[in-house]
Amino acid sequence: MKNSLIIVGFFVLGIFIGLYNLLPQIFVEIDFSIYALYILMFLVGVGIGADKKVWEILKNAKLKIVLVPLTVIVGTAIGVTIVSLFLKDVSLRESLAIGAGYGYYSLSSILISQISGEALGVVALIANIAREITTLLVTPLFAKYFGKIAPIASGGATSMDTTLPIIIKFVGKEYAIISVFSGIVLTMLVPFAVAFILKF
Amino acid sequence: MFTVLTLMAIGIIIGFTIQDKAKIVKAIDPMINIAIYALLFLLGISVGTNEIIISNLDTLGAQALLLTLGGVMGSVVLAFFTYKFFFKTKK
Repeated sequence: MKNSLIIVGFFVLGIFIGLYNLLPQIFVEIDFSIYALYILMFLVGVGIGADKKVWEILKNAKLKIVLVPLTVIVGTAIGVTIVSLFLKDVSLRESLAIGAGYGYYSLSSILISQISGEALGVVALIANIAREITTLLVTPLFAKYFGKIAPIASGGATSMDTTLPIIIKFVGKEYAIISVFSGIVLTMLVPFAVAFILKF
Repeated sequence: MFTVLTLMAIGIIIGFTIQDKAKIVKAIDPMINIAIYALLFLLGISVGTNEIIISNLDTLGAQALLLTLGGVMGSVVLAFFTYKFFFKTKK
């Protein structure tokens, strides 16, 4: 949660610096973000590859567990498709790409702004931050009325770390592995799904 | 975008081979954080200098929240059935 606040803080700071033209001209002339993105994606890959827990969980997963991230993928796609019918600035394809951030707002917003421009990147950022916050706040109700998989599904990619504690608290420790598994699969899927949806 | 995905795939392979080098592995998360801070900061700057985005921030935000609502409710409703048919233990 603290890290989320720092990330949003940097974003807001950037907006103000941009708004009041406080930045050195070089930032306007050269687009550093694509290089920073390259570094980030490489590091994210190394982080996933080097995590022993990730391989352990993926290796020992029962087949049934796969249904959980699949539920998130299909459920999110259906939900954003319905919503996209009512949006004036966001097309169906763009809505699906934003949905495919699955709450992983830093990566998805950066990727989407690179492919489709900053306006859509901002929508992706807000939509996916809201997914994490919604999960943190509404998990008790989701668990009560929609069953023990619901909070994990709501968390999407965040169910492996930021929303894991609240999820475990309301659905029980026996669902911790399922939650981490679903989060790992969706986290790894985000860059591929976003790029695929917007490019093809 | 192909470059981005390739770099991530290479990263996963390298990460897999350095699993036992605890010092390097420990340094990765802080580096990821710094890269994310830098990128969100740069995204903020692009947004701040883009008058079209700034003047439409409220409608963009509203549409974002609707997408959240759709994504979360779709997932949660489907999760209700996944739980009921595959995970719920019989009493």
